[in-house]
Amino acid sequence: MKRFFAQCYIWLLLVVLYAPIVFIAVFSFTESKVLGNWTGFSTKLYTNLFTGDMQGSGSLMSAIQNTLLIALVAASISTLIGTIAAIGIHNMKGRGKQAITFLNNIPMLNPDIITGVSLFLLFVFLHISQGYTTVILAHITFCTPYVVLSVLPKLTQMNPNIYEAALDLGATPFYALRKVLLPILKPGMVSGFILAFTMSLDDFAVTFFTRGTIGLDTLSTYIYTDARKGGLTPELRPMITILFVGILALLIIINLRKARAAEKANAK
Amino acid sequence: MNNRENIIEIKNVSKSFGDKCILNNVSISVKQGEFLTLLGPSGCGKTTLLRMIAGFGSPDSGEILINGTDITDMPPHERPVNTVFQRYALFPHLDVYENIAFGLKLHKVPEDEIDKRVRKVLKMVSMTDYEDRDVESLSGGQQQRVAIARAIVNQPKVLLLDEPLSALDLKMRKDMQIELKEMHRKLGITFIYVTHDQEEALTLSDTIVVLDNGDIKQIGTPTDIYNEPQNAFVADFIGESNILNGKMIKDKLVEFAGHEFECVDEGFGENVDVDVVVRPEDIYITNKVESAQFTAKVKSCTFKGVHYEMFVDTDKGYELMIQDYNAFEPDTEVGLIIRPADIQVMHKERSVNTYEGEIISENKVKFLNAEWECEPQTEFEPGQKVNVSVNFSNVDLIDHPEDGTLEGEVYFLLYKGNHYHLTVMTDHREYIWVDTNDIWDKGDLVGINIAPKDIKITKLDD
Amino acid sequence: MTKRSTWALPYAIFLVLFVALPLILIMFYAFRDAGGDFTFGNFVKFFTDKDAIETFALSLEVAIENTGICILLGYPAAWILANKKLNKSAVTIVLFIMPMWINALMRTLATAELFNVLGFQLGKGTLLAGMVYDYLPFMIYPIYNILEKMDKSYAEAASDLGATPWQVFWKVQVPLSMPGVISGIMMVFMPTVSTFAISEFLTNNKIKLFGTIIQENINSGMWNYGAALSLVMLVIIGITSLLQDSKKNLNEGRV
Repeated sequence: MKRFFAQCYIWLLLVVLYAPIVFIAVFSFTESKVLGNWTGFSTKLYTNLFTGDMQGSGSLMSAIQNTLLIALVAASISTLIGTIAAIGIHNMKGRGKQAITFLNNIPMLNPDIITGVSLFLLFVFLHISQGYTTVILAHITFCTPYVVLSVLPKLTQMNPNIYEAALDLGATPFYALRKVLLPILKPGMVSGFILAFTMSLDDFAVTFFTRGTIGLDTLSTYIYTDARKGGLTPELRPMITILFVGILALLIIINLRKARAAEKANAK
Repeated sequence: MNNRENIIEIKNVSKSFGDKCILNNVSISVKQGEFLTLLGPSGCGKTTLLRMIAGFGSPDSGEILINGTDITDMPPHERPVNTVFQRYALFPHLDVYENIAFGLKLHKVPEDEIDKRVRKVLKMVSMTDYEDRDVESLSGGQQQRVAIARAIVNQPKVLLLDEPLSALDLKMRKDMQIELKEMHRKLGITFIYVTHDQEEALTLSDTIVVLDNGDIKQIGTPTDIYNEPQNAFVADFIGESNILNGKMIKDKLVEFAGHEFECVDEGFGENVDVDVVVRPEDIYITNKVESAQFTAKVKSCTFKGVHYEMFVDTDKGYELMIQDYNAFEPDTEVGLIIRPADIQVMHKERSVNTYEGEIISENKVKFLNAEWECEPQTEFEPGQKVNVSVNFSNVDLIDHPEDGTLEGEVYFLLYKGNHYHLTVMTDHREYIWVDTNDIWDKGDLVGINIAPKDIKITKLDD
Repeated sequence: MTKRSTWALPYAIFLVLFVALPLILIMFYAFRDAGGDFTFGNFVKFFTDKDAIETFALSLEVAIENTGICILLGYPAAWILANKKLNKSAVTIVLFIMPMWINALMRTLATAELFNVLGFQLGKGTLLAGMVYDYLPFMIYPIYNILEKMDKSYAEAASDLGATPWQVFWKVQVPLSMPGVISGIMMVFMPTVSTFAISEFLTNNKIKLFGTIIQENINSGMWNYGAALSLVMLVIIGITSLLQDSKKNLNEGRV
């Protein structure tokens, strides 16, 4: 009985939580420009999205490209910087370590708007004209701390003698780094990269303040401007639907796999 | 029936998880003020039983009584028992004082009374100055004391202790043993203690219950359990022992290791197969070969701190373990003497594997959930239920499980002087006992084969 | 080995340049006028502007209300999800976590559109409802995490000591899950108090929150005033983080 009520509560919350998405998804299958107005089933919005045959299509397409490109570049550079930094921080002691950890935490604690405004002021102060470079620099700023925090635990869990053992067995420091240290850090780097990538994809406020006036748009800023103009481009509906279904499928697969692996481990 | 002295009565309790039987019809009576220990290897069901007394699990069948009242379905918070958990389970959000006062506050004990009682138990566990400390800042031994204090401050009728010393180091463990014993004496309440450490059990307990695989193997005082083990499992599990196959010739005369010995046991009958236990410290070893009961050659000799531990090969080819204060160099010819009172004779639990089987066809019989080839049967019809018996020494174990008619795992092994006696658990959680000269380890996966001629089929006696 | 500590140096320089310096610049600009001279004028302007103060108060109010509602709705949900007896499916957990992976603007937009179509008057009600939509998963997840990992023996020990199931919940499980609640509060309160786009979507720009004012000032070239407002927000954020730390000390320290 208790279980029944608990399940009711959970599913009620989920239904309410997902209602907007389902609503968008349903109306992605009709042509109507105005949401909530069903004009018959059609996949035209999907075809439009993929063929790029729509009003203002150029800017939506380039916004998607920009979003992916920025996320990829920022996440890659963050992973590189973050990993090297983590190795350094792991080997530091005392005040220096405290200071750098403190600074590293700031971008994660700061609200996006503060990060955005502060970086905006920095670029203004240094007279750097804003565009791609500043957006990527800004993304690296708030992505790298997540990489550092993903890699650091791998270093602390690592047996400190492993690297020395490799040297003792005759490995050069570079070889030991590549063949011993890197494989141990890899899981942390991968999860750090994924985190950085999604953080960058999700970002709106920081991009908004650092993109300058050259008309650079990511998906977020595109949606923002679009929505402020009053009308939501109908093609965004299929796009939101596709993104949702894609991420949902991915997460469910990952989690089911995890659960199955855990079950297997238990059975053993 | 209602024995006033028994504070706890466990009656015919059984429990299984899935197809695994954890407790098999267990009955125990615990006397008021007794220190009772549930002893057994891991997985024997001792913790499950303790958790049932505490209320964290209910038996599939049977009942548990405290002071004559059935508490089988009573929730834990209403039971007059308290538990010292294995990893203490001290509340990390409360300090030492608050942890100990937790139960009293729940029972709405007045503030000044709580204070008095908490201070009293703090003193009792020698933690007087620690009341404001964060529990996570304490050492293992200190956490242990707080856990005990938290339980006894509620003045439970029974204190349950689930391997409370297992997380401590050896020195600490020895000290805590003495303190626990002292505490038991002072408090005068009943302790039920779970451990896998036989030495701990012998030191602390008034009564020991030896459990194996959900069955009670023996209940008795530490001296009884040590000196008069009732079966090979107990003899092997408690202390070191030489366990040998023997034969009771007649009253007070037993034959083992190829010789006849006087003993004190009677009433077994004549020419009955038995198990014989001789503790290694009960074998007298001497240079005077002529005056000894039998002779042996020393194989190895190791200094163990107080005594020497020696392995010898007897004149009839049995290996025995001997503990003595004097060392005898390897290859020395020695004489051995065993006094009648030091020979413990036990009924054999079984002398042959017996199963109920079913005839499948003229030369196929099914038992242990597998089909076996047997010699042609004319007496029985297919489908008929029969009795199947296989001698211990006729079971072949092979390295590759998949090559056997049946797969199994070596579950328990006993060295019997000149051969090993193995308990093998099959994939279907049934047992087959095997005598072999091959060396296996506990946990080895094996294939089981039996030659057709060694499968004896007889009529089912009802 | 010690030499490898220098590997952190480039990142340290990066942090100083892109994290420390920009924050100092907020302070720098906040105390300057448009001509570059030192002034308290920006703060005087803010504290004497009734509209700005009202917006500020409303932002705090909305953030606190949103956080409160998220706790009330989220704690039971996290509790049920973490309880193996009440919830056996891993999929429900994924469903609750998933929205965290999806662009907040998109989710908000979808919510706003739904409210619109359902005919709700866009205003404070829809603002709060929409924010709960957006941030509920961020409250559920940390609480779920801590409840799920909590050692079962604490609950057992409490009931062994005489606590009824209700007492076990309030005296042991709730206090032990507080760190999760606090990180939930941080994950909900901080973004709500500083948001701008979300509030604009959900109220059709009818209600302005503090974030919107900052954004408008920065975008219209009033950097100094914008910086001053940002500094005010930083102070709020700082106070909230301090609350978290002191709570933490209360729970962990106590020596």
